[in-house]
Amino acid sequence: MTATLYVPADSGALAVGAERVAQALAATAAARGIEVQIVRNGSRGLYWLEPLVEVATPQGRLAYGPVKAGDVPGLFDAGFLDGGSHPLARGPTDAIPFLKSQTRLTFARVGITDPLSLADYRAQGGLRGLARALAMDPPAMVEEMVQSGLRGRGGAGFPTGIKWRTVAEAAGATKYIVCNADEGDSGTFSDRMIMEGDPFVLLEGMTIAGLATGAAQGFVYIRSEYPHAVRTMERAVALAREAGLLGANIEGSGHAFDITIRVGAGAYVCGEETALLESLEGKRGMVRAKPPLPAHHGLFGKPTVVNNVISLATVPIIFDRGAGFYRDFGLGRSRGTMPIQLAGNIRRGGLYETAFGITLGELVEDIGGGTASGRPVRAVQVGGPLGAYFPAGLFDTPFDYEAFTARDGLIGHGGIVVFDDRVDMLAQARFAMEFCAVESCGKCTPCRIGSTRGVEVLDRLRAGVAPDAQVALIEDLCQTLKFGSLCALGGFTPYPVLSALRHFPEDFHPAADAAAAA
Amino acid sequence: MTWDAGRAQAIIDGLKHQDGATLPILHALQARFGHIPQEAVPLVAEALNLSRAEVHGVVSFYHDFKAKPPGRVTIRLCQAEACQSTGALDLGELVRDRFGIGFGGTTADGRVTLEPAYCLGLCACAPAGVIAGELHGRLDAEELTALIDEALG
Repeated sequence: MTATLYVPADSGALAVGAERVAQALAATAAARGIEVQIVRNGSRGLYWLEPLVEVATPQGRLAYGPVKAGDVPGLFDAGFLDGGSHPLARGPTDAIPFLKSQTRLTFARVGITDPLSLADYRAQGGLRGLARALAMDPPAMVEEMVQSGLRGRGGAGFPTGIKWRTVAEAAGATKYIVCNADEGDSGTFSDRMIMEGDPFVLLEGMTIAGLATGAAQGFVYIRSEYPHAVRTMERAVALAREAGLLGANIEGSGHAFDITIRVGAGAYVCGEETALLESLEGKRGMVRAKPPLPAHHGLFGKPTVVNNVISLATVPIIFDRGAGFYRDFGLGRSRGTMPIQLAGNIRRGGLYETAFGITLGELVEDIGGGTASGRPVRAVQVGGPLGAYFPAGLFDTPFDYEAFTARDGLIGHGGIVVFDDRVDMLAQARFAMEFCAVESCGKCTPCRIGSTRGVEVLDRLRAGVAPDAQVALIEDLCQTLKFGSLCALGGFTPYPVLSALRHFPEDFHPAADAAAAA
Repeated sequence: MTWDAGRAQAIIDGLKHQDGATLPILHALQARFGHIPQEAVPLVAEALNLSRAEVHGVVSFYHDFKAKPPGRVTIRLCQAEACQSTGALDLGELVRDRFGIGFGGTTADGRVTLEPAYCLGLCACAPAGVIAGELHGRLDAEELTALIDEALG
């Protein structure tokens, strides 16, 4: 009997040696005359266990990890193909607490299927959402999205259904669906995992968006830092076309929809929707003023839906299970689930999809297990480079759009980066300003110039030059950035800066402290 | 890769009919020549009915498009927050000191180019980098040094 093994081809797994492990498994099996089939799945998202090798057994899939190529002969010696015990054995994958306690809706198939197998996709519930959508009329489809309560998972949290309705009602024969896959926030990788681990769900979501709004063409704008995702998405599009899921007559419905993959070129600001549209049009990624909204005047001047990967990848399950099913998860105005990404200096880093409402402390301490370094957690940055730094004192904050806003933070795209007690918060604040200076598109003066002035102010503070005056200046400058910038780059850079200053004031008077100590 | 106007024109002609063709063309040119040769700018401008200044503006806006060819081995280290939290800045310093170049620099002998990355999406396997085109996570000083030695041969 041929044994089936799973070794992820996800970038995160490849970066820690999954390719060598897959080769060693194939070579060792061949040398021992054992027939194995190695499936290159997406990652389960348990990154501290990557490379995570799974074995299919009659009792379900069993996990071994983190496996190094050198461990492979020992695994065979231990009889791992039959679930033999080994120091790397983690038991049934689904019973690993990090995975078991999740609610995987958007990530239902990631890590389970062969990402480029349409047969797997169908067998695991894929295309049921599209089938239901094809039986509905467009206004009912839009209403389904409105009712689901889904809010944009890219960071802004705008209701997806309302965006779709605006485009559906906009006049014009040509409309576009643009998928924002420019996932630039440090600490985030959920878009990458979807594109590498379940690309068809994104294509299905975009197709439904096209049907609902009357768009026949979609673009996926993927950042160039994700070459594996680009490759997987390109193959998935080709396979979907061959299977009649994209093209002039999708699933024999008479409706047309096709998708083009485009690659960014290393500009963080292109994750902002209007800069992304400019970039897709072949221009510098300069932010546009709104209005007009992209929904009215978007790509090439046509009505355009711009949605994040996770938003679009959540569409199929909403259509499959119904808006009510999805809306029943979560709390307040944050409905459904959020794929949260635990990153940085954390013991158990990875993808944790759960209903809104879990607290920051549960995520960092209970799920994530605290720092990887074993030192105390000092700060966590939530929501990427433009998100606030939270101290342990705010760990009771529930993961929810409004709760984070109420504490001068944001959940953004759901990334949580953990820092231990060695972090220098003045340096982190300076980095936020420096990053803004480097990545600013240059359209708004507060962002373009204010960020550079911010670096200078923080450098003077570091040097102990009139510290109180510098603190007043940086606060004032942050107000200018916040209210004088068109987009979130300039507008939100104050979040990391001011939160660092507010919650970690002791780091902002280093020279004074040194003088006091002397 | 040396400049070849015929080859560049063929690349441009193959892609110019796409909507918003500028970035696809520039990516293809850079894949062929290792950078965006100055000579390519007027050809792109002509094909897309843009001014040279507009094309130059696009080339210079994006970090990916390089004016000069890179060194034989490119070391790309993530310097963003998740990697900072696990020691990425020290790794950056290690490489800078070893080769006497800063981020964005190439050694005088053309062997090594050092580039920063601001997130590779490997934030749960930090610190991360790309050495000679291969992704690496959970880097430390020792492994990074060994990987660079191996890449340099």
